[in-house]
Amino acid sequence: MRELWKLFELFFKIGLFTFGGGYAMLPLLRAEVVEKRKFITEQELLDLYSIGQCTPGIISINVATFIGYQQKKIWGAVAATLGIVLPSVIIITLLASVLQKFTDNRYVAYAFAGIRVCVAALIADVVYDLAKKNLNNYFAAAIFIAAMILLVWLDISAVLLVLLAGMVALAAGEIKRIRK
Amino acid sequence: MTYLLLLAEFFKIGLFAIGGGLVTVPFLFDLTDRYDWFSKAELTNMIAVSESTPGPIGVNMATFAGFNAAGVWGGIIATFGLVLPSVIIMIMVAKMMSKYSCNVRVHNVLSGIRPAVLALILYAGLQVAKISITGSLEIVVFVGLLAMMRLWKQSPIIYLCLSAIVGIVLRL
Repeated sequence: MRELWKLFELFFKIGLFTFGGGYAMLPLLRAEVVEKRKFITEQELLDLYSIGQCTPGIISINVATFIGYQQKKIWGAVAATLGIVLPSVIIITLLASVLQKFTDNRYVAYAFAGIRVCVAALIADVVYDLAKKNLNNYFAAAIFIAAMILLVWLDISAVLLVLLAGMVALAAGEIKRIRK
Repeated sequence: MTYLLLLAEFFKIGLFAIGGGLVTVPFLFDLTDRYDWFSKAELTNMIAVSESTPGPIGVNMATFAGFNAAGVWGGIIATFGLVLPSVIIMIMVAKMMSKYSCNVRVHNVLSGIRPAVLALILYAGLQVAKISITGSLEIVVFVGLLAMMRLWKQSPIIYLCLSAIVGIVLRL
């Protein structure tokens, strides 16, 4: 029970002090689970991140569940995941209820009009970085262009697009293997 | 009924949003077409709040979206739905093999999903741009902000605060 509480506490702290999640969480996670508590080694943490990337779901949740399970099986996984999620749920719920009361205010509306432009710029910034990292071969570029066409003209749903892209890539990989 | 729909929709997002950060955004834009839980403009405000508050963005977005759709319990249920696939799958992965690594087929599937996710995020960005960049003043602010992001690489919170001030001063 004490160890479960410790897992919960640890991930609550990580959830509370990281902005952005995923990779932003890595330095704090390393300091706590690798250096201080020695739950896992540095290499295991990096492996865990690559597993988190190729399994469905939000990376930070995947990492929390995995470490929790490793330490204390199912209840450890539940305690760690609850810990990382709880700060978000509390803070956002409080903030959302406050925000709803202020959206009619003229100045708040101006501020959010500015903020929305900033969100567009933030997304453009992320897209640029991701494109540089991921669109480095013809196959990836072809999938990207096909996906854009499906989105813009056919308004395909996000779930369907992910399924389709995964199946096409799987088929392409198998064909390549058979040819060899 | 809304609770059940929230649970199902966010479970689906948890299952198909592979990666981190903004990957949940396009899935949430899909929801605005099918439900009247929140508008595209509200969703864009949520992205800003989620980026400037602690915690993983995906979790923040789920709580926020669920709260807007159905109050406090909506937020809790949406978050539960988002997290559930991760918990189930990661426990299975941890159980099956202590030394799990991405095998060739998983690697192949991901090589197709990554560029598709990039397209999804770009498409969501275009929808955000359509509702936020409504005049020439906004274009100037957008270009200015993007140039600063590329040159200085600061935390998003700094740019969001700055753009709030710019919005008030210029009366956007």
